[in-house]
Amino acid sequence: MSGLEHYLSIFTKAVFIENIVLAYFLGLCSFLAISKNINASVGIGMAVVVVLTITAPINWVLWEFLLDKGALVWISEDFKNTDLGFLKLIVFISVIAAMVQLVEMFMERFSQSLYNSLGIFLPLIAVNCSILGGSLFMVEREYTISETVVYGFGSGVGFFLAIVALASIRYRIRYSNIPPRLQGVGMAMLLTGLLSMAFMAFSGIDL
Amino acid sequence: MELFNSESKKIISDPINVNNPISLQVLGICSALAVTIRLDQAIIMTLAVIFVLCSSNVILSLIREYIPARVRIVIMLSVIASLVSVVDELLKAYLYDMSKQLSVFVGLIITNCIIMGRAEAFALKNSPSKAFLDGLGNGFGYGLIIIIVSFFRELFGAGTITLPDGGAGYVLWSIPESWYAAGYENIGLLVLSPGAFIILGLVIWAQREMAGIEEEA
Repeated sequence: MSGLEHYLSIFTKAVFIENIVLAYFLGLCSFLAISKNINASVGIGMAVVVVLTITAPINWVLWEFLLDKGALVWISEDFKNTDLGFLKLIVFISVIAAMVQLVEMFMERFSQSLYNSLGIFLPLIAVNCSILGGSLFMVEREYTISETVVYGFGSGVGFFLAIVALASIRYRIRYSNIPPRLQGVGMAMLLTGLLSMAFMAFSGIDL
Repeated sequence: MELFNSESKKIISDPINVNNPISLQVLGICSALAVTIRLDQAIIMTLAVIFVLCSSNVILSLIREYIPARVRIVIMLSVIASLVSVVDELLKAYLYDMSKQLSVFVGLIITNCIIMGRAEAFALKNSPSKAFLDGLGNGFGYGLIIIIVSFFRELFGAGTITLPDGGAGYVLWSIPESWYAAGYENIGLLVLSPGAFIILGLVIWAQREMAGIEEEA
């Protein structure tokens, strides 16, 4: 497969076929809590795209040159058998927390309007599983650095799409006659199920 | 403090019923869906979560007076991440097949909001023994829901009931061949992700109906 086509297929796969929310159940906490409101959904969706695109490649570099078995050979041949893989989780989550903080400070300094619209969602993102999940999947699937960038961006877009879609549906049914105890999360779950079924139609596409 | 007075009982029983972490606090949904394809995965996941939740609650409660409010999130994350790494390594060592099946979802216990949520809402304000009970209660509440969901998903989706053992799982019961011969079919959808969402939605509905709680729209 030629270069561009290959990346395009990773992107489409991450957005539609293996959507991080609807197929892998990641980031559902914020997905359910925030989809009550469309504007907020657009905000957190954008924040996830930004943070995921930044953190996945950084974690890739750390994994490849620090943590993986034999990754330290660039320092000296003696480290050929050193495997720091068990530090993966701690390193990844620290990078994510630090990056979220940095992105927040950067936005506050350079784009006040963006900060005002995204600001309150950024701290929430540090504990959004889709970000950590993105990094862990990238390790498991052994992507290269450019594939990781495309994958991170694609997963972010997938999250954005899913949350905006759910928020719109919840907005549409706000006056519907739902059994009182199904109201809220229960109904959002059922809607997500239907949404996920719709996205499953893409799984027939062979890339 | 007496361990089994009414207050402690309430700390344990509330999260199982009227303040269930999944169906009422809406925390920790991600892992709840991903590991419910089979019953044995759900049971192992529950044990892992109970372990991490209790230990993190106790540790954070012990050091709660030394944690500056500003950096508490980082401290909580590092305590939780260390505990989860321990669980991950233990699973790899003793239950390798299970660890392969759960793949990234063990690691994702770190970002399981139940653990952060209980640390923030309870452990940082209460004594270690109460925090331990709270961890236990919420762990059971979480386990109850995911075990119910996985039971239905496995029984109707794959036609088996699997309990955890050292290897690939011990099949307790499976739907006999004669049923299939008579025209019974598994609902394949339940094994896939839409089935998980729908079953969990229905379980949440049922749980709220039993607990008698409505959400304000």
